[in-house]
Amino acid sequence: MIQLVSFYIFASIVIASAAMVIFARNPVHSVLWLIVAFFNAAGLMILIGAEFIAMLLVIVYVGAVAVLFLFVVMMLDIDFAELRAGFVKNVPLGLLLAVVLAAELVLGIGAYQAGAVTLGTPEAGAATVSAAVPNIEAIGGLLYSKYVFMFETAGLILLVAMVGAIVLTHRKSHGTRGQSISSQVQRRPEEATRNVNQPVGQGIEL
Amino acid sequence: MTSFFQTLGMSYETAWFTATIAGILLIALPLMLAVALIIYAERKLWAAFALRRGPNVVGPFGVLQSFADGLKVFLQETIIPSASNRGLFLIAPIITFTVALMAWAVIPFADGVVLSNINVGLLYILAISSLGVYGVVIAGWASNSKYPFYSAMRAAAQMISYEVSIGFILICIVLWAGTFNVGGIVEGQRGHIFGFINAYAFNPLLFPIAIMFLISSMAETARAPFDLTEAESELVAGYQTEYSSMAFALFWLGEYANVLLMCALNAILFWGGYLPPVDWAPLYAVPGIIWFFVKILLMFFVFAWVKATVPRYRYDQLMRLGWKVFLPISLFWVFLVSGYLMFTGHFA
Repeated sequence: MIQLVSFYIFASIVIASAAMVIFARNPVHSVLWLIVAFFNAAGLMILIGAEFIAMLLVIVYVGAVAVLFLFVVMMLDIDFAELRAGFVKNVPLGLLLAVVLAAELVLGIGAYQAGAVTLGTPEAGAATVSAAVPNIEAIGGLLYSKYVFMFETAGLILLVAMVGAIVLTHRKSHGTRGQSISSQVQRRPEEATRNVNQPVGQGIEL
Repeated sequence: MTSFFQTLGMSYETAWFTATIAGILLIALPLMLAVALIIYAERKLWAAFALRRGPNVVGPFGVLQSFADGLKVFLQETIIPSASNRGLFLIAPIITFTVALMAWAVIPFADGVVLSNINVGLLYILAISSLGVYGVVIAGWASNSKYPFYSAMRAAAQMISYEVSIGFILICIVLWAGTFNVGGIVEGQRGHIFGFINAYAFNPLLFPIAIMFLISSMAETARAPFDLTEAESELVAGYQTEYSSMAFALFWLGEYANVLLMCALNAILFWGGYLPPVDWAPLYAVPGIIWFFVKILLMFFVFAWVKATVPRYRYDQLMRLGWKVFLPISLFWVFLVSGYLMFTGHFA
């Protein structure tokens, strides 16, 4: 009973907030609705017993990705008239994208119903998941045995992407003075201050 | 507690529901009281550090000062700036406050005394504490004012930076305990050192990250010396500048509930949680909840001590500490701890 009620609550909020992401006038509101959608999707994950995935969804998407989204969107100087000006021009492209996404969705569901794809290392197919094992151990058992090459490859791709992003955006800045923390820490009071016993009536040498 | 309500003649579902609601109230209401008293205690501590008297007028030794402040704030007018984004402006303090209370659901107060004993308890805490930044960021943006906005930017960058190293530190602990369950982590510390000291912090391999976690938790809660989000010499009052009355009080309560949570986390992860410091039978006569509270209060003393004595960091120093010092060290420590555990056959 309570599962059913929570499912309909979570599911309807996910759909409603996903719609609000598109319909909200203000981009900041859009991002906040997106966060609501993520959060309720995590609730759905908990309902199907995938608590680890749910926590990852909240930590990674709500806690990190959406914060960066918000960070960027908040700093935009928004001109609403200009935002809506390109609507008619971009309609064909948008429709095309929608069709492609819908086709992929149909393809994905069809492939899923046709049966699971066997990926991963063929010789280490022994890792089976029992219901008694906690989520994390089950995923770990599969990830580090059957899918270890795909897992490592994903890690490598992410590393390359990170290095690439840094290389592409890093510029040696000229004319800015950086902080040398070690010299700041090593600085002692004697180097910067001087104790003087100044006689009365004479000026101070600065 | 569910079985207690079942003995009253309720069906299992009703009993579970009632027990959960009762549990939430049993945590949230004492927590509010604790926050009020801890604010008083902290003001007394700062006063002692600064050779002042601190609050000493309202009630005996000024104990009721926080309640007087609360009443005053409650009676004030709520001012909503006309240029602000009204809905978000009011939601922001509610988010901060709610999120600060939510994480307490998985904290074990004594052996088995926990609202929700879930397998992914530590991840839940990490997830919920990463939500805390939204209250600050939304407040800063919705105020539509310069200083709160700067503060929101700082808060977003600061909390993301320190969450990374906190995550790695937690991984070290999880590796050693072998579980994400918070109660399991506490139990893993029973007799950890020489078979009788109940704390990870005395493990030479884990002591450095205990210190790092203490510092990171100060940065994560934006406490001094990392309170750059509300640095009064630069940003007036930071993200709270435009807030008044109860909205302001909710930020205040949420912040201190968060600080208490971080103290509790320090106590649980490194100092044995509800276990007595030494695995010696007579010490177990004292209830676990007392040990837990004593440890929280000692951690809070450290927090207040640091706030009273350490000058505020500069923002570039804060970022450097997070990304260039804590991140590499904690990452290296994950290698070190997992290598050690692998080498000694801990996982076998």
